Amino acid sequence: MKITEQEVRHVAALAHLELSGEELHRMTRELDEILAHMDRLRELDTDSVEPMAQVLFPGAENSTLREDEPREPLSHEDAMANAPAAGAGHFKVPRVIER
Amino acid sequence: MEIGKVTIADVQDALRARRISARELTEEALRTAREENPKTNAYLLLAEDRALQAADAVDAALGRGEDPGPLAGVPVAVKDNIVTRGVRTTCGSRLLEKFVPPYDATAVERLERAGAIVLGKTNCDEFAMGSSNENSAFGPVRNPVAPDRVPGGSSGGSAAAVAQGTAVAALGSDTGGSIRQPASFCGVVGLSPTYGRVSRYGLVAFASSLDRIGPLTRTVRDAALLLQAIAGRDERDSTSSSAPVPDYTAAMTGEARGLRIGVPREFFEGLTPETAAQMEKARTLLASLGCELREISLPHTPYAIPCYYIVCTAEASSNLARYDGVRYTWRAPQAETLAEMYAMTRGQGFGAECKRRIMLGTYVLSAGYYDAYYLKAQKVRTLITRDFLNAFGQVDAIATPVSPFPAFRLGEKLDDPLQMYLSDIFTITASLAGLPALSVPCGRTPDGLPVGLQLIGPHFGEPVLFRLGEAFERAGGGSL
Repeated sequence: MKITEQEVRHVAALAHLELSGEELHRMTRELDEILAHMDRLRELDTDSVEPMAQVLFPGAENSTLREDEPREPLSHEDAMANAPAAGAGHFKVPRVIER
Repeated sequence: MEIGKVTIADVQDALRARRISARELTEEALRTAREENPKTNAYLLLAEDRALQAADAVDAALGRGEDPGPLAGVPVAVKDNIVTRGVRTTCGSRLLEKFVPPYDATAVERLERAGAIVLGKTNCDEFAMGSSNENSAFGPVRNPVAPDRVPGGSSGGSAAAVAQGTAVAALGSDTGGSIRQPASFCGVVGLSPTYGRVSRYGLVAFASSLDRIGPLTRTVRDAALLLQAIAGRDERDSTSSSAPVPDYTAAMTGEARGLRIGVPREFFEGLTPETAAQMEKARTLLASLGCELREISLPHTPYAIPCYYIVCTAEASSNLARYDGVRYTWRAPQAETLAEMYAMTRGQGFGAECKRRIMLGTYVLSAGYYDAYYLKAQKVRTLITRDFLNAFGQVDAIATPVSPFPAFRLGEKLDDPLQMYLSDIFTITASLAGLPALSVPCGRTPDGLPVGLQLIGPHFGEPVLFRLGEAFERAGGGSL
């Protein structure tokens, strides 16, 4: 076993993902199989290999900096337009602090 | 004008000779799409008002004697994970069923600036996660060539629209093969450009170090024309490259003599006999074009699947954290506390494949597993990339199958996620290395199912792919 149902429950909590009992069961079986396959990577000796976090191009300029000039941002109204609950220019969420 | 048969050049000729107006063409394209779409479910939405407005602008420019742009009047379908201002963009997810973006993706903006008509938004696997288009919350897409089969994924709707003839061209996105594999399954051309060649601004993020926008078209030339319009540095995407954009059509000289083509032995294992037979014909055709075929080895290929599914799920788990019920249209109605709002919105909103990937990604990034999985995968990614850089010291391009098999039946692989992941074996290595890769039609199996040939080039090697792909196509590669 690579992963137990207990661990799957813990990971789901980390991900803020509600899973039904049946989903939890199925997820454990599937993740176990997938993680077993991923263990193939252990066959490779990578001690002296640098990790690759992004694609970098040899010889091509990849400048990420620009002048810090003010520009027209997305309007407040546009940014809020898709909110499931909004009011007075803010996103609304369930009460966090009791009065 | 038959939308289902024309190329971009045909549209330009007809418009400029005033045989048809952009409005007439767009109305015809919309009518065709409306009538034909129920057969495939390729479109999720037709953007009629926007399309007709754009068409009128093209006609007005023509009327003033101005150049309406190199893609004037061309009906283009856009994958529904590429945002369109004021036009619903769902990513194939219930969570975004009512999401109306407040801005346009750079690629869409550039297409319209070139005169193209955005006809509608195409179906895809939820958040582009899938290889069959069966993970869409809005129903699967059927392959227009064989309706009981999948169109491939995740850009299945875009490939199906072009193959079915309800668009002249389409935009898709490719993270691990999501343009190339559906292009091959539906018998059209698909290009995943070099990472950073096309701005990702407005492409809903799945795995940011892998995601790319690219064209799906009927011909290699049309793919070049589309890329020409959308490629180039964009200040709004810091990973977009400032390398100059060459003239892609100039690269298509009609011949491929003397090109050295690498044939990696690891990519010819486990093919169905039908796919293997088409690859054999492709080799013969490439040789007859004067290409020099060289057997090469990309030795880390067997590790690409675990490497890819660690990297992409890790990035996905992070990118999909934003769908928490606060900003994006849908929140679970039963939630009473903040914690419930997050967990229930995500639990009820995401489909099975998204949940699986969020879970995998969260796991490989979690304390105690980061080094063993995520860091390890990033190191293997370096090894896979090195394999390619070594190979490109000896060859100009690499030729492989796109997929080990042609389009499979709807439902056939749905219950076995690992088998579905394994089917991406030939496309993900170029994804991990950030290399451009073109899928060109390579005839059909005896059952009539399209097969695709994948041509992989060095970074920014799109010109050699277009040259080779167009020569292959011209020599009859599509009807092998």
